Amino acid sequence: MSERLLEIRDLEVQYLTMGSTVRAVNGLSLVLNKGETLGVVGETGAGKTTLALSIMQLLPKKIGRIAGGSIVFAGQSILDASAREMRSVRGDEIAMIFQDPMTSLNPVMTIGDQVAEMLELHSEGRDKKEISDKVDALLEMVGIPAERKEEYPHQFSGGMRQRVVIAIALACNPTLLIADEPTTALDVTIQAQVLEMMEDLKTRLNTSMLLITHDLGVVAAMCDSVAVMYAGRIIEYGSVDQIFESPLHPYTIGLFNAIPSLEGKTHRLIPIEGLMPNPAELPQGCSFHPRCTKCMEVCRHQSPPDFDEGGHTVACHLFGADKEGA
Amino acid sequence: MDDIILDVRNLKKYFPTPHGMLHAVDDVSLSICKGQTLGLVGESGCGKSTIGRTILRLIEPTSGEIYFEGSNILEVPKSQFKSMRRNMQFIFQDPYSSINPRLTVSQSIAEPLIVNKLASSKRELHELVLHYMEMVGLDHRLASAYPHELDGGRRQRIGIARALSVRPRFIVCDEPVSALDVSIQAQILNLLQDLQEQLDLTYIFVTHNLSVVKHISNEIAVMYLGQIVEKCRTEELFERPLHPYTRALLSAILVPSPKARNKKREILKGEITSPINPAPGCRFAKRCNYATAACAEAGCELRDMGGGHMTSCARVNAGELKWD
Repeated sequence: MSERLLEIRDLEVQYLTMGSTVRAVNGLSLVLNKGETLGVVGETGAGKTTLALSIMQLLPKKIGRIAGGSIVFAGQSILDASAREMRSVRGDEIAMIFQDPMTSLNPVMTIGDQVAEMLELHSEGRDKKEISDKVDALLEMVGIPAERKEEYPHQFSGGMRQRVVIAIALACNPTLLIADEPTTALDVTIQAQVLEMMEDLKTRLNTSMLLITHDLGVVAAMCDSVAVMYAGRIIEYGSVDQIFESPLHPYTIGLFNAIPSLEGKTHRLIPIEGLMPNPAELPQGCSFHPRCTKCMEVCRHQSPPDFDEGGHTVACHLFGADKEGA
Repeated sequence: MDDIILDVRNLKKYFPTPHGMLHAVDDVSLSICKGQTLGLVGESGCGKSTIGRTILRLIEPTSGEIYFEGSNILEVPKSQFKSMRRNMQFIFQDPYSSINPRLTVSQSIAEPLIVNKLASSKRELHELVLHYMEMVGLDHRLASAYPHELDGGRRQRIGIARALSVRPRFIVCDEPVSALDVSIQAQILNLLQDLQEQLDLTYIFVTHNLSVVKHISNEIAVMYLGQIVEKCRTEELFERPLHPYTRALLSAILVPSPKARNKKREILKGEITSPINPAPGCRFAKRCNYATAACAEAGCELRDMGGGHMTSCARVNAGELKWD
């Protein structure tokens, strides 16, 4: 057994809006081991980003609320940490790469200063020269010539900006890197460059990674294990091979069918009918049942428990002990 | 072939900038037969959307000729072009910003019908609106809903209904599914295909997504910095790509299968160069893994390498560069 780095149990996150409570994450559990890359896949509104923000304790104040469950990072409960303790964890031990490099950098600060800021916040006692050398080394590491550190974000292209964001995230050698759609805003050839670089740095620095994406191609290329999210819950979890070779949950199977294949010619795609449920009014029973082609009577009333077979977990009434009850 | 519906010749669109001329579209020629789909692929900034917009004269080209059903639409005065545009429609990328948020679904769809005086009475207008809503799979009860109440897929359906309402023969689809989730994307792609069959429509499908373009197109043109670098039938492009850029683009696609992980990828160096005052010669040469010194001066005309497979790579055309 490898060492557990992050363990989330029955997490529930709610957003309080005018008049209604939006249940963005509902009883989510997952485990991330040291050195592992876990892909979290799901569509818009599945709660992927809310999950990332909960781990970072960056949920919007007053609106966002963790209603239950636990998040344990490196043996310590994050939910019990004070704001000051979290500030030292954030960036130093857990770092995050945001989706849009156009908006996650400060437009009026040179990129060198932005990388240096991270170092200054997390390492007291270092002198200016040391920090400046470290900035140069970090920029070179992500493939940006150190001479360009006096330039501003608008002088860089999208791919280069994302490299700056990655340099900032890796500045303090975090043990956990949360990447929220890191290449969604990039072109394919640039995406290939950035992913190759991330893979290389991850192995070199032995960082664990939580990779949030809606792109199954990115998951297949980067991850060791995959968690598929739907309506705030993980509905299927397994190794990359398990999920891609023998997906079990009707939603996961539907996702694969909906992607146009590059091999062979298909005349028609098989979409998943219907829409993602409104998280303020989740359907009773299994949240996927209104869209499911294999919906049974039990699915309408009872939320399915997790069924585990050789590390491949699925939350669906089609599998497990209550199969006969259908 | 006589059933060519659209023929574009030597189309150029330059934008003046403080730093010089930006060559958004540089000497592009293409033609589409009736009932077919031409995919226009390329990365951001390669000019693919500009081509789509110039064909409908949403922006005026710098030079070139555009023949739609035999007549040069650039010679038609702007005042008369409105009636022509009924035959040629546009589906926009972003269903969140291309629809007026203050109009209901039925008002949005009625607008082009009113502008083009296609309904003689209020009653007929109402019936037509319901007809088009049905055609694109929008439930009648949504007629008085506002766009913000709907999801991206349904909003895109409004855009499609608006385009269809004037009974066009030709539609430019500019990244119509890029803003949508995969499960919804499949619904819209199926809808576009069904409509094409029912109404005998011709599409130009602009996208950066290669698996989508493979699925929907009969023919594909690959663009790089304002120029077409390769053009051929869809199957041919995926089986036998000739231009080094196309090859790199295909190799950069991440296939959703862990088996593909060990595949050797061709990673391009550098990034797209500036389209402002581009240097002569091959525009891709700076990033190309196969470029020689001669490429910086080479002429980059599209040449037919057999069976209508056109490429602009000088080394491939000269027989210097062979694959496999």
